[in-house]
Amino acid sequence: MLSVAGLSAYYGRAHILDDVALDVGAGEVVVLLGRNGAGKSTTMKAIMGLVPPAAGRVRFAGAEIAGREPFEIARLGLGYVPEERRIFTELSVLENLEVGRRPPTAGLRPWTPERLFALFPSLGAMQDRPGGRMSGGEQQMLTIARTLMGNPRLILLDEPSEGLAPVVIERMAEAIRALKSEGLSILLSEQNLHFAQLVSDRATIIEKGRIRWSGSMPQLLAADDVREQYLSV
Amino acid sequence: MATLEVTGLEKSFGGVRAVQGVSFSVAPGEMLALIGPNGAGKSTCFNMLNGQLRPDAGAVRLLGQDITGLAPRQVWRLGVGRTFQITATFGSMTVLENVQMALLSHHRRLGGLWRPVARMDAAPARALLERLGMADQAARPCGILAYGDLKRVELAIALANEPKLLLMDEPTAGMAPQERVSLMALTAQIARESGIAVLFTEHDMDVVFSHADRILVLDRGRLIAKGAPAVVRADPRVREVYLGSGAVTGAH
Amino acid sequence: MENLVLQALSGLASASSLFLVASGLTVIFGVSRVVNFAHGSFYMLGAYLAYTLVTHLPRGHLGFWGGVIGAAVLVGLIGLAVEMLLLRRIYRAPELFQLLATFGVVLIVQELTQMIWGAQDLLGPRAPGLRGSAEILGLRFPLYELFLIGVGPVVLGLLVLLFRRTRWGTLVRAATQDREMVGALGVNQRMLFTSVFFLGSLLAGLGGALQLPRESVNLHMDLSIITEAFVVVVVGGLGSLTGAALAALLIGELHAFGILIVPKITLVLVFLVMALVLVVRPHGLLGKPEAAARGGQGSAEPVIGPAPAALRWLALAALGLAVVVPPFLGDYAISVLTELATAVLFAASLHLIMGPGGMASFGHAAYFGLGAYGAALAAQWLGAPMLAGLALAPLAAGVFGLVFGYFCVRLSGVYAAMLTLAFAQIAWSVAFQWVEVTGGDNGILGVWPDAWAAPKLVFYYLALALCLGATLLLRRVVHAPFGYALRAQRDSALRAEAIGIDAFRIRWLGFALAAAAAGIAGGLFAYGKGSVFPTYMGIPRSVDALLMVLLGGVQTLSGPIIGALAFTGLQEQLVRLTDLWRLILGAVIVLLVLFFPQGLAGATRARWEARHGDA
Repeated sequence: MLSVAGLSAYYGRAHILDDVALDVGAGEVVVLLGRNGAGKSTTMKAIMGLVPPAAGRVRFAGAEIAGREPFEIARLGLGYVPEERRIFTELSVLENLEVGRRPPTAGLRPWTPERLFALFPSLGAMQDRPGGRMSGGEQQMLTIARTLMGNPRLILLDEPSEGLAPVVIERMAEAIRALKSEGLSILLSEQNLHFAQLVSDRATIIEKGRIRWSGSMPQLLAADDVREQYLSV
Repeated sequence: MATLEVTGLEKSFGGVRAVQGVSFSVAPGEMLALIGPNGAGKSTCFNMLNGQLRPDAGAVRLLGQDITGLAPRQVWRLGVGRTFQITATFGSMTVLENVQMALLSHHRRLGGLWRPVARMDAAPARALLERLGMADQAARPCGILAYGDLKRVELAIALANEPKLLLMDEPTAGMAPQERVSLMALTAQIARESGIAVLFTEHDMDVVFSHADRILVLDRGRLIAKGAPAVVRADPRVREVYLGSGAVTGAH
Repeated sequence: MENLVLQALSGLASASSLFLVASGLTVIFGVSRVVNFAHGSFYMLGAYLAYTLVTHLPRGHLGFWGGVIGAAVLVGLIGLAVEMLLLRRIYRAPELFQLLATFGVVLIVQELTQMIWGAQDLLGPRAPGLRGSAEILGLRFPLYELFLIGVGPVVLGLLVLLFRRTRWGTLVRAATQDREMVGALGVNQRMLFTSVFFLGSLLAGLGGALQLPRESVNLHMDLSIITEAFVVVVVGGLGSLTGAALAALLIGELHAFGILIVPKITLVLVFLVMALVLVVRPHGLLGKPEAAARGGQGSAEPVIGPAPAALRWLALAALGLAVVVPPFLGDYAISVLTELATAVLFAASLHLIMGPGGMASFGHAAYFGLGAYGAALAAQWLGAPMLAGLALAPLAAGVFGLVFGYFCVRLSGVYAAMLTLAFAQIAWSVAFQWVEVTGGDNGILGVWPDAWAAPKLVFYYLALALCLGATLLLRRVVHAPFGYALRAQRDSALRAEAIGIDAFRIRWLGFALAAAAAGIAGGLFAYGKGSVFPTYMGIPRSVDALLMVLLGGVQTLSGPIIGALAFTGLQEQLVRLTDLWRLILGAVIVLLVLFFPQGLAGATRARWEARHGDA
């Protein structure tokens, strides 16, 4: 579904991504693990076209997307849920969803506000509330719901658990599993290994802009040395 | 005497009672964690302690002195250091200059129009950075620093006026797990050495349970639990509104 | 009584026209955060294009209304072209740079308009079907004015519907807050911005075209409307349509009744009201505190260090030239150099508040002028010797800097800038209308240096020494704790307050210090010219100072010096050499903004650092 190879990016003169390669298969949840500043967010932004990739290939759903505009990439069915949530605080919940709305994608059940409210019940109770007057957890749900309104085939989910209460993170994990069962592919970035292991099929570890390890989730849980070296929880 | 003593703190925003009847105290050298779900009133509570918000009712006492309703800069002058959830430093200045500014302000020397800053309070600023393991970064602009390092710079700034109380709003947000532990261990060490009372909010339960001496749990503006980490962790109400089953905190 | 009603009605008609223009401005600002100085030029183009279309199309309803609508659409397309060719490339530049670019467009449009339509005023035909007047309370009131009264509310209603009820409107409101995120959700936000610009420009064009039956079409329409439109937008609250409507109503009626009640201060009434509103409500009537719009912010400001050796040598060499060469020059060249010296100090003083202070001022000329008037009034009424006059200049400017600054520095961003403009206009109109003391428009003449400084060359050296000394002092201040405190509150108000810095006090004193320094420049300028005029405090001179600072680059200490020399030199040469100076100056400004977005000194530094490497 998504295949990244040789991806490099610069910020000013600093080399922040170096030869990054990863794959996400159809219906798969892959987690990108690494500490802060390791390059997780930048990888997602580079895939999405928000940071111009300096080199490398990004193939998505059979098309080469490296170097294209973010809105074109989004229209191909790639959804992006940013780290800092970035909901539209002046707009109501329904209006936030409206901004994300795109035509249905062939082969996927189209998302409607009603279906999203079933997935995130707390949002349904506050349809007309301005985004700025929601709690952090509710905002995080809304960002995901807003991206789903574009009927993506794959979503990039950037640190969804950051700053959330443990009970909310547990609910987030349930929602992600529900999305996976709908056939959606997900590339997740995380620091919280406990959370990642609840939802992911495979893991890729990034550090200082380079991929250091890739494998299945059970493999990672068995590889104490790898966790010790890169994740040190 | 307790360093900080808070009694009956109240605050409402447009009819919504954000904080109700919150009372607690922090002793010198103690690490006290304030936790709770988003929107529970942690930030409101914090902002009333350092003067950014004026409480509707209640009192805040620092070493017995009533500081309720004072402006942040007055609170700072009385010995309260602060770090922010999203780091706030002077991006156009070097790490050293950032610390120098706090020292110059502490010594009330900011009105100077003639002597260059480069030659003022540089040695004590360096010493502070040394203590926090940031000496080798002294000449780098804060604007290009890694996030974890910025957090340390903030701590150095907050320590510049030899505070009696440190208020740290999510001190480890956005840091890698390893950095979190080392920053909080350093904070705890400094607090104990210098008898500084530390009050911090935090979302990372690893950090909270391994570094806090006591924990306060806030929900919908009220304190629902307080006490030693083991007691709070076992509290069924805390598990229901905040901690959950433990599946995502590594605390099965 | 009846007269009052008619006066109120005519105020409504003006308010309606004003709203059309202001609504376009506020819509564009809301989305793109561009303070579009060229909006007044679009208004003027609307009037000129309507004139041409209406006089060339067949007479009658179709010809007139077709001409008006056609002109509005054409202006919309011109706005679209400006957005695509210029603004689209500089959305990431600092706000003031965008302002500078649009000011370049103003100059270009002015010159082109004059080339196409000539300098004389043009009188358009009246509107068919609305030529007569209606009888109201026994008095006659023009039908066309009644028609205009209806246009404003209709446009407001349509715009509100457009923004609240359509998908386009929802997307635009979302993009106002976070354009990058809107793009990541699959919206072509570039097209969205362009369409907003089209709409905003169209509204300006429509406003201009509808003036055709009311007043003559002339080359001053652009600047007179843009100031008023800014006032309306700021009083209403940036980005708020309803606020703009309220403010337009307020200003329109103020004009209508001001003439009756306080004819002596009509010029300043609008600015007094704006100052009052902003003092009471720092974000305008219905505005909200500005949340920083995402996706457009630049990186952190650079660190300030000691000047590199090469720069020191260059400065010394320039200083050497400035000292050694003048004895070999004629009087004219020497007075140009004297003016350059004052320009350098003027720009450096503005730079202190804009660069380290992080505040914009659209009215810095007030303090230049107050210095000049301080010196001139002392000479005229007290017979003060020149040195006393020169000492009084910074004092007068500094005191007013303290008074005006007390209000201005509490505000932020565009609001603060507009309040400085309001105070400058108040100062200007006092100088203009208090004829008994200031001589009004005729100014104060005969402000000559004492005998010992009368030779041009001696006075030049005096000016050079004072201006250079003051500029170096300002530089010193930037490296001292006070200058650091200024930068501290700019970088992070939160952190500054948290380490005991009283940001208000620091900004206030910084503002007054800059005012006093500008006063020295003004005093010297007055003695150099031998006269002072209200224009010393006028908007164009404030804009000059802004241009100098921005051309040089805000974030380098040598920027204002280089900018002052470049700008004054360029303008001097252009005015002498060609009639098309505005066109060329405008084009130069636009090109500079496009290719040197950090200013001349900033660009040089970037090159230097790229070559020599840095941390």
